[in-house]
Amino acid sequence: MLCERCIENCPYGTYRREGETIVVDSRNCVACHRCVAMCPRDAISIEEKPIDYRSHPLWNREAREAIYNQARTGRIVLAGMGNASDLPNIFDRLLLDACQVTNPSIDPLREPMELRTYIGKKPRKLEIKRGKNRDIELDTTLSPNLKLNVPIMIGHMSYGAISLNAQLSMARAVSDLGTFMGTGEGGLHPSLREYQNNMIVQVASGRFGVDIDYLERGAAIEIKIGQGAKPGIGGHLPGEKVGPEVSQTRMIPERSDAISPAPHHDIYSIEDLKQLVHSLKEATEWKKPVFVKIAAVHNVAAIASGIARSSADAVVIDGFRGGTGAAPRVFRDHVGIPIEAAIAAVDQKLRSQGIRNEISIIASGGIRDAADVTKAIALGADAIYIGTAALIAMGCRVCGTCYRGLCPWGIATQDTRLTQRLDPDVEWQHVANLIRGWTLEISELMGAAGINSIESLRGNRDRLRGYMLDEAMMKVLDVKPVGA
Amino acid sequence: MCGIISVIDRSKAGMDGSRIKHALSLMNERGSGEGAGYAAYGIYPDYADYYALHLFFNNLVEPKDKVDEILRSWGEIEYEEEIPTIEQPDLRRTHIPWRYFFKPDCSLMPGSTTPEEDIITMLVMKINTSIQGALVYSSGKNIGVFKASGWPETVADFYQIEQYEGYIWLAHNRYPTNTSGWWGGAHPFNLLDWSVIHNGEITSYGTNRRYIESYGYTCTMFTDTEVVAYLCDLLGRKHGLPEELMVRAFAPPFWDEIDRMKETDATLNSAIRLTYGSALMNGPFAIVVATADGIVGFTDRIKLRPLIAAEAGDRLYISSEEAAIRRMEPNLDRVWMPKAGEPVIGRVKQ
Repeated sequence: MLCERCIENCPYGTYRREGETIVVDSRNCVACHRCVAMCPRDAISIEEKPIDYRSHPLWNREAREAIYNQARTGRIVLAGMGNASDLPNIFDRLLLDACQVTNPSIDPLREPMELRTYIGKKPRKLEIKRGKNRDIELDTTLSPNLKLNVPIMIGHMSYGAISLNAQLSMARAVSDLGTFMGTGEGGLHPSLREYQNNMIVQVASGRFGVDIDYLERGAAIEIKIGQGAKPGIGGHLPGEKVGPEVSQTRMIPERSDAISPAPHHDIYSIEDLKQLVHSLKEATEWKKPVFVKIAAVHNVAAIASGIARSSADAVVIDGFRGGTGAAPRVFRDHVGIPIEAAIAAVDQKLRSQGIRNEISIIASGGIRDAADVTKAIALGADAIYIGTAALIAMGCRVCGTCYRGLCPWGIATQDTRLTQRLDPDVEWQHVANLIRGWTLEISELMGAAGINSIESLRGNRDRLRGYMLDEAMMKVLDVKPVGA
Repeated sequence: MCGIISVIDRSKAGMDGSRIKHALSLMNERGSGEGAGYAAYGIYPDYADYYALHLFFNNLVEPKDKVDEILRSWGEIEYEEEIPTIEQPDLRRTHIPWRYFFKPDCSLMPGSTTPEEDIITMLVMKINTSIQGALVYSSGKNIGVFKASGWPETVADFYQIEQYEGYIWLAHNRYPTNTSGWWGGAHPFNLLDWSVIHNGEITSYGTNRRYIESYGYTCTMFTDTEVVAYLCDLLGRKHGLPEELMVRAFAPPFWDEIDRMKETDATLNSAIRLTYGSALMNGPFAIVVATADGIVGFTDRIKLRPLIAAEAGDRLYISSEEAAIRRMEPNLDRVWMPKAGEPVIGRVKQ
């Protein structure tokens, strides 16, 4: 059978027809599985790198191939998705607790289990006054908070980096679930406006797509300072992705490169950031929470404490495993710190300064499942952002070649032949199912731990134990070892 | 498991400790003989203006000298003595219970609106964290905690609690799990005016501890009950919340219920949950908290531990078991089961 579906489906030119046979050029293959999924005869299998180099502990495949690549081009090596080096994952070395005998576990099928989360500033204390008839009256006005039905949001992936269909699918999912997603620095396409009450609009260093209409449509505003995949550097959307729609949404000329500079050109200190937060608050009449997103770097705790002293309502910390459409490989794999340590350090610093209530902590960067979410919250996060996990729910195979704009699943591409492969009417359900499934699992984990409200999980590091973590790490995380 | 019982006489008439001893020992099925304790309010009328500091000393040499020194540098010791005890055959004396009647020097804590309390709190934290062999376990005015490792009747006889007359009594029969049955781990727990007895396990302890420690409290007794006393002090004294709202913060209504409330109530209850989310206590518990002005009993939000209340004249009783209450007062006017999270409040008459 020569149906040629593999040829049609592969945007990387792995397959071609020569007479009566299909010929494979395996060097073009990125292992995206599109051909495997589409082959009606189940005739294709993919094996990772069957041709091996002579093994060497130092000069491994990646080291050698980066050199061949760079010797040829003389350029920075680009990579997609998150950190791909083989570093230990702290989440995997943290274990959760459950009740036995001395306290009963709570069955979420029979008892209420509360995951509702409010993101924003909280007062340090409530002022109460006595009204007529000595009734208790509240004398404190709370700042606007975002109400999340589940502590899971979808992080910022811009229109441009990903397709409109991908954004539409996620927007419909978060709106159905009562949670939120970020626009990324790509503006808000008109077709997303029906979900705008569940969208957080981003203001990044390029200011793409930002005007007062955009700010007013968002449920909250996020200033992006940095991201975990590439701390300290800006972004670059190549001109070939900037078609008419992207151009209009970003408010830039068609086919022009969209370059977000490394720093915001109006922010060279924490006081400048404070002013931008203030300006955005003023522009939107103090009705919307403002978040500040930073990459998890060595000094993350002190930076977060500076942010907490501004009018910002939440700090988003993006760990070094955070994904991206394109980043220099040297940054993706070598700059920043793990999100687990960053959450622990930030929560501890804010508490030691008595300002934890001033700001919510949103954690992101490599969160894969309900257990990671639960552990992140137990370490001290208020909520988390997922990114890659939501893309995987829509078909992404983590082939890591997003930066080429040829995503065969219609996610990280603007090519209409590819984007039409992603049907928002189908994929929104997959994204919603994923978050719903995690929510059920978190409820079960909480119930097993004898906790029926997410507030009592937050920062509850007593319910975590470190397994095969070194003493210094456990000190940073403020968790005990297993058996203690 | 643990058994708790508490009584208040709202007209402030004194009750000696003999009845509560019998009531507590009725609940021995709930204990293991490794910890029991009593707290009584109004027992030191002659020293009513002084803080009664009860300490356990491991010996009277190094730790006591250090405690004497720190107390003298922060105020005046009016009187001190070993707390009178009578040896009991089944109680091993591992500590020496001592009491000071102490007045802090307010001029040493300028800039505080409540200098006396702040000095006492600071001294309790400091002694408990930095002086080896000394533990302050009671620090209020005109109140005292009496506790040790042993069965309720043994501990009561050891301290001769029938000699004390108080208008509020709290008592606790312990079945230890989290920490061994050491004297400091027995209930009631006390700080200043606040005393707490607790049956259960607080699964949110880690969250509550991180919260309270960011306000300068230090948990030293390795048990979840301690944190309740500090939370009461923070919310009740420092933040000035009335008891109802304090309990509401500890065991708030579910969001579903809040969503159904009328707007002003919903706003108040949401504000409590948002502001005091970290003070929410989870897990199975029944707690009685006392101050000089009254007692409050409440359970966790789904009532995983028993709590029953009863009234007879001016007296309000709160206990794990009705039988224990009836042991104290067979003729009750009213007996009822409070709902989950709903506080039972007994205030002294003004």
